[in-house]
Amino acid sequence: MTQSSTKPIEHAYKVTKEQAPVYSRAERKIRNANLRGRFGLALYIVLLLLPIYWLVNMSFKTNTEILSGLSFFPENFTLANYAKIFGDPTWYMGYVNSIFYVSMNMVISLLVALPAAYAFSRYKFIGDKHMFFWLLSNRMAPPAVFLLPFFQLYSSVGLFDTHIAVALAHCLFNVPLAVWILEGFMSGVPREIDETAYIDGYSFPKFFVRIFIPLIRSGIGVTAFFCFMFSWVELLLARTLTSVDAKPIAAIMTRTVSASGMDWGLLAAAGVLTILPGMLVIYFVRNHVAKGFALGRV
Amino acid sequence: MAWMSWTLPTALFFIGIAVILVGMTTWQIISPCVERRGFLPLATTRGDRLFIGLLSSAFIHLAFVALTDVNIAVATVLCAFWMVILMRWG
Amino acid sequence: MQIKVENNKAWFLVLPVFLIVAFSAIIPLMTVVNYSVQDIFDPYTRYFVGTEWFKQVMLDSRLHEALLRQFLYSFTILAIEVPLGICVALMMPTKGRGASLALILVAIPLLIPWNVVGTIWQIFGRADIGLFGAFMSSIGVDYNYASDPTDAWLTVVLMDVWHWTPLIALLCYSGLRAIPEVYYQAARIDQASRWAVFRYIQLPKLTNVLIIGVLLRFMDSFMIYTEPFVLTGGGPGSSTTFLSQSLVQQAIGQFDLGPAAAFSLVYFLIILLVCWVFYTTIMNMQKDK
Repeated sequence: MTQSSTKPIEHAYKVTKEQAPVYSRAERKIRNANLRGRFGLALYIVLLLLPIYWLVNMSFKTNTEILSGLSFFPENFTLANYAKIFGDPTWYMGYVNSIFYVSMNMVISLLVALPAAYAFSRYKFIGDKHMFFWLLSNRMAPPAVFLLPFFQLYSSVGLFDTHIAVALAHCLFNVPLAVWILEGFMSGVPREIDETAYIDGYSFPKFFVRIFIPLIRSGIGVTAFFCFMFSWVELLLARTLTSVDAKPIAAIMTRTVSASGMDWGLLAAAGVLTILPGMLVIYFVRNHVAKGFALGRV
Repeated sequence: MAWMSWTLPTALFFIGIAVILVGMTTWQIISPCVERRGFLPLATTRGDRLFIGLLSSAFIHLAFVALTDVNIAVATVLCAFWMVILMRWG
Repeated sequence: MQIKVENNKAWFLVLPVFLIVAFSAIIPLMTVVNYSVQDIFDPYTRYFVGTEWFKQVMLDSRLHEALLRQFLYSFTILAIEVPLGICVALMMPTKGRGASLALILVAIPLLIPWNVVGTIWQIFGRADIGLFGAFMSSIGVDYNYASDPTDAWLTVVLMDVWHWTPLIALLCYSGLRAIPEVYYQAARIDQASRWAVFRYIQLPKLTNVLIIGVLLRFMDSFMIYTEPFVLTGGGPGSSTTFLSQSLVQQAIGQFDLGPAAAFSLVYFLIILLVCWVFYTTIMNMQKDK
């Protein structure tokens, strides 16, 4: 039985093998193209990482070595720059502040965006398209336009120089983005699932938390990543809304300019430390991030 | 509210916008509108036309202010006509 | 697209978003409108001036130049980043360990705070301590981004390409991954050329993500502030002063609240117009599908 059934397959296999030479030129072409592609990509990534490498390299040098000439490796390898950052609360509190308001922003954005994205993906309601467009237009509005009123608004409600102020201000562009991405992911879930759940007697909140959220887990991860990313990299608003207690690391970095000139090594070390959290976060969402960059719409 | 530096004209402007929005919503509830095509090169609903009208009015006002010394009221009257045309035939 | 049910109760789900965004968007916007029609010395000493600031802003030649520079800049970086991003996406492996690694490495520049991006290039471009600057002078180019406008432009554009090409690349990459393997097999049987595969299979799939990419890049480059601020400070002269930069200079530096607010509104209207055009295009394209 088995023998008789394998025979035709073997035969077919032979045929394709015999035909193979016909394709081989095309295949070789493809393989060559792939090889060229790998080489090109490697070159691109090297060029991409070179400026970052230069920063890392500099962060391990002393200032005298930096100013005395170029070298690809630090000759007098030193951790003094990092030691200075970790030994001085005005420095390392900057990181704590940044991480604090970024996390707050992430939580707020997700909490309000989840139900809204569900509404946009499932229902038609009066003004839905205009609402969506209005949200997006906020994502596009230049922060510089709102700088001064923001400062006065948050001062007048007594939130100036608090973490929540920065978190709320960053909601201006992160919430629309979160709604946009989540709506894309949610539209990918067939609505039959919702209907079945309602027939099974689930209430909306129960259905949403128990069934729906697990279904779009990856979408939520990606959204959180994007909220993190845009809140982490933003400086203009964060700097304007803080002075001492909630000052982000990115703003503290400007202090390296002093009367005796730039402290390049310290600046480089602080810069390197701002890159690390991002790399850590992207590692967690690496499998979904591509889809997320298309905002769930492919 | 002092820091917001309200003035009468701007207050009236925002009240006007708010009234229009409420009015449009009520209108939509009473008689829902269907997407249609007028002289604009795309299918629009009532709300879309309102938005296009408001945005283009803003630019018309800006052009008036920048290019002429004519009183701004002239531009406003012109825009009112434009809005009517757009809402009816757009 | 799924069929949606008509239900106005959905507004309750949207309400939190509306409130939180309105707090940060509508109140400041109203304030900007109020400022734009007044001459303000302090909250209690202010005069209504009508449309004077708008006239001043619309006729200000410095702003015309900034606007022109802004458009030139946005189109330059788009012209470089979009083709380059597509190329990188085409070269990225689709499966295995290499794919994740390439993805993470390519995405790194996106996660660097914008002022650190400025700092990186500030260092990298200097002839005395930076690799790029040193390289340029070693091949005999008199390169100094701090004093030569052309070099400053070159560096700002290069920085943006370095910073944001990954976004386009990752967008396209995700678009490419959505193409079923069957399409490629069919192309192989037809012995389609590499170009034909790109033109008739890959590019059509990419249009959707590319529109998002172009939209995001155009908008973000239109409000670019931090990176050039750190790198060149808008100089030399005002050769790299873009819109946001001149706005901040006016509002914070000179504390001309009225003109700055009028400027903000004009800026915002331009953004709104472009945004609407893009949005309508995307929506109509999705409808056609």
